[in-house]
Amino acid sequence: MSLDAELAASLAALLPGAVEKAEEVRGETVLQVDAASLHAVCRHLRDRGFNYLTDVTAVDTLDLLFPSPARFTLVYHLERIPGGERIRLKAGVSGDEPVADSVSDLWPAAVWGEREVYDLFGIRFHGHPDLRRIMMPDDWEGHPLRKDYPLQGFPGQREV
Amino acid sequence: MAMSDSLILTTVDQAKHWAQRSSLWPLTFGLACCAIEMMTSTAPRYDLARFGSEVFRGSPRQADLMIVSGRVCRKMVPQVRQLYAQMASPKWVIAMGACASSAGIFDNYAVVQGVDHILPVDVYVPGCPPSPEALIYGIMKIQDKIRRGLPPAAEAVPVAGGASGVS
Repeated sequence: MSLDAELAASLAALLPGAVEKAEEVRGETVLQVDAASLHAVCRHLRDRGFNYLTDVTAVDTLDLLFPSPARFTLVYHLERIPGGERIRLKAGVSGDEPVADSVSDLWPAAVWGEREVYDLFGIRFHGHPDLRRIMMPDDWEGHPLRKDYPLQGFPGQREV
Repeated sequence: MAMSDSLILTTVDQAKHWAQRSSLWPLTFGLACCAIEMMTSTAPRYDLARFGSEVFRGSPRQADLMIVSGRVCRKMVPQVRQLYAQMASPKWVIAMGACASSAGIFDNYAVVQGVDHILPVDVYVPGCPPSPEALIYGIMKIQDKIRRGLPPAAEAVPVAGGASGVS
């Protein structure tokens, strides 16, 4: 279901320049958002009824055939209950230790999702209440879903 | 004198081994898809009870056979080691399937490359997953080992942490 015109207009009026691109992919709205305005966009959408954060994840575009300007793309899936409209937000972050604003104050569900993204991609979240690893052991080195992480781990990491 | 001593000892040993091999109690412990085959082997169609091994115990204190039925990820290692250490001796370990034996297709950072890196394994059962018959054959191999008076791998194979898995 596409983003309704009223919502798009209110986003554009409130946060000019925040939405870099809006497109419709297989009937669902995808907004490319400036990472700096990500939290503001999320708050606006939450206040407009997107009360359910389905997923927080990320993509490392290092090895992709058509890499994006930012190495990592954060992906947020939002849903409106009742109604069932969905929106996907994408925001690019770069650097060896990329940082984004946490949205865990808007949706508590983000706490675990952002911990997973931190654990596996090494993206840190400002304002997260408890940014620890969630999948890998606490003393693990590296972030396994980064494309430059060796499949068999760093040398010596396989010993148990 | 010496001969009759050894004769009695042998008989007692045989009786003990008969009791041990006729009531191998596995630990209730499933890790992956192999666990489905493991459960099936206790069900009526395959009926592991025929060989005295169907009583899966919920507590490691009451179990003497650990069937590692699947891949062990790195984060599970402390838990598997602790369960093994809590089992009473003598105890036996079956590495069920390709993953427990060698990590199978999971040649990566997350999975232990064969459970014999962390436990003394008595019997490896090949397959992906092994059929219930294969697992039952593996259990019978352990019974065979007990019948012949061979020590469990826990006493024969040096592993990190010592025979009991802790030290």
